[in-house]
Amino acid sequence: MTVLVDRETRVVVQGITGHQGTVHARQMLQFGTTVVAGVTPGKAGGEVEGVPVFDAVRDAVERTRANASCIFVPAPYAKDALIEAVDAGIRLCVIVTEHIPFHDMLVMYHYARAKGTRIIGPNCPGIASPGNAKVGIIPNVVFRPGRVGVISRSGTLTYEIVNGIKEVGLGQSTCIGLGGDPVVGTSFVDALPLFERDADTDALVMVGEIGGTAEEDGAEFIRHHFTKPVVAYIAGRSAPPGKRMGHAGAIITRGKGTAETKVAALEAAGARVARFPYEIPVLVAEAARSARR
Amino acid sequence: MVKLAEWQGKSVFRKYGVPLPRGEVARSPEEAESLVRGGKVPLPCVVKAQVLAGGRGKGGAVRFADSPEEVRAASAAILGSEFKGEKVRELLLEEKLSIGRELYVSLTLDRTQRLPLLIASARGGVEIESVADSEIDRQTIDPFPGLTSYEKRRAAKVLGLSGTLARSLDRLLDSLWQVFQREDAELVEVNPLAIVGDGLVALDAKVIIEDDAAFRHPEYAEVRDDRTELEEIAREKEIAFVQLDGNIGVIANGAGLTMATLDVLKELGGAPGVFLDLGGTDDPKKVTEAFLLMARAKPASVFLNIFGGVTRCDTVAKGLVEAMGQVPATERFPLIARIRGNNETEGIEILRSAGVTSVSDLRESAQAAVDAARGRR
Repeated sequence: MTVLVDRETRVVVQGITGHQGTVHARQMLQFGTTVVAGVTPGKAGGEVEGVPVFDAVRDAVERTRANASCIFVPAPYAKDALIEAVDAGIRLCVIVTEHIPFHDMLVMYHYARAKGTRIIGPNCPGIASPGNAKVGIIPNVVFRPGRVGVISRSGTLTYEIVNGIKEVGLGQSTCIGLGGDPVVGTSFVDALPLFERDADTDALVMVGEIGGTAEEDGAEFIRHHFTKPVVAYIAGRSAPPGKRMGHAGAIITRGKGTAETKVAALEAAGARVARFPYEIPVLVAEAARSARR
Repeated sequence: MVKLAEWQGKSVFRKYGVPLPRGEVARSPEEAESLVRGGKVPLPCVVKAQVLAGGRGKGGAVRFADSPEEVRAASAAILGSEFKGEKVRELLLEEKLSIGRELYVSLTLDRTQRLPLLIASARGGVEIESVADSEIDRQTIDPFPGLTSYEKRRAAKVLGLSGTLARSLDRLLDSLWQVFQREDAELVEVNPLAIVGDGLVALDAKVIIEDDAAFRHPEYAEVRDDRTELEEIAREKEIAFVQLDGNIGVIANGAGLTMATLDVLKELGGAPGVFLDLGGTDDPKKVTEAFLLMARAKPASVFLNIFGGVTRCDTVAKGLVEAMGQVPATERFPLIARIRGNNETEGIEILRSAGVTSVSDLRESAQAAVDAARGRR
């Protein structure tokens, strides 16, 4: 049992002929992922890293039985790319593309949800399960198969932390980078139940950031429904009071959204909260030991 | 985000048919006076400072005038003054209306529910943060059907409007919804929305346009904002660059890692001064430009903390070494590097050959940056 990706995951890379698409298709293959197809309109018949390229996602699905998509398509075209994948029957879409307008993402999220497709991202590093598959761009070098799950709103900070887990001799079951945009396809609350059910995960690391209330909502879920040990970290404790989102923003988040409220909510839910990234591996090692007992 | 000044927000509103007071923008007392004398703005009128901060009425940044002389005097008093740290460069002159009740409506994003949110309150004309939750109505709006009649009827009820006024609200909300969607706004706020006779008028306009939608809206590229000169140069080069008060420069990649780096420096007694987020660049030239920009901010020390994913460590190292060669000897500063991730070994070797040691421990390297800055204070 795994979280969202496994050995049956067959990836189509949308935007495979672009620089990032090509680089990361290669790295996904090196990770051991079954990358079966690429899509770039007008480039059908070509190959990238030995992977056949198609004009449309539907062609790729018919010919290669692709069942997950990794989207590198530039922001102005990302909405169309996602809808195309959903319409072709893809049920897991990782959107790496950054700077997608949230009005587009609102449409993408609700369309995908109505059709039963899960989105991870946008502006995210994706998902990886060592020994199974990677859909996204997290560097391969940070992974080692193991039993610690990771959910994070950050990109590079996730790499730092996943790497730290490896350096203390532990490994990861599945790592999901949710992305830090205002509208994300999968939030902490959506991802937590997957790790609760996952028999390969003993303990969970949750990496949050200031802004929004996703961490508080996640803490609420942990308090009532999550039984495994959780180690959390919130980046941005020292950040200067940012440019405010306007008055209406302030009344939605009323009394939430700061580092203090997030840390307090997580601690109240029973999570161990690290104050700095380098404390996480130590706390995880402790949590993993207690979970095995 | 692009925050529009009131007059800019109102010119957007006008395009979508939101009822507004008659008004004109002035940039000098003479211009203000002549607008009134020429009949472009009827008397009595309101002279409003065009600043982004709230609380203008209480702060003396909104004044009333009954004659051209008073308009000129009020304009002279407000123009060039500072309001909550913002210099007043523009005024909006508007006819003074005889108003009834003041209401509040806004459209924004509810991140948790991933839906647009329509907020309405009968308690307008005051800062909405000070209004009790029980007096604020929130409705999420599904983008697929869009704003529907039943949602507008509920807003009318909350605002205590019926008959002609309810119909006026119906049209106004349709217009605001169009502004929100078509202009890619993250906030559309009308406070106060005033009852004037048997209609509604938007007395103020707060509109924030989302940056990520800039490719659809070249018209907002010129809107002024509160960036410093270096921040502006950084923006043109697509480097995230923020100036704070401290003296340690931070170069990192990714928002989360940048924030975590600032947290650690602060905990160790340092004061981060400038931070620069390289993002996911794969281009040594961009790293060089970023580093030179950092040099212009004259930091006491610089802490480079990179975890290479999309960005490769050797790319960063190459760009860095190139930039160091371009900084004059007198303007050099201690550089503490920590580079990890893709092509880490190559990157560390390039730095070593240029005389820079990369320390792999976060705490240790951050401490070195703090100590180096302290030595030069």
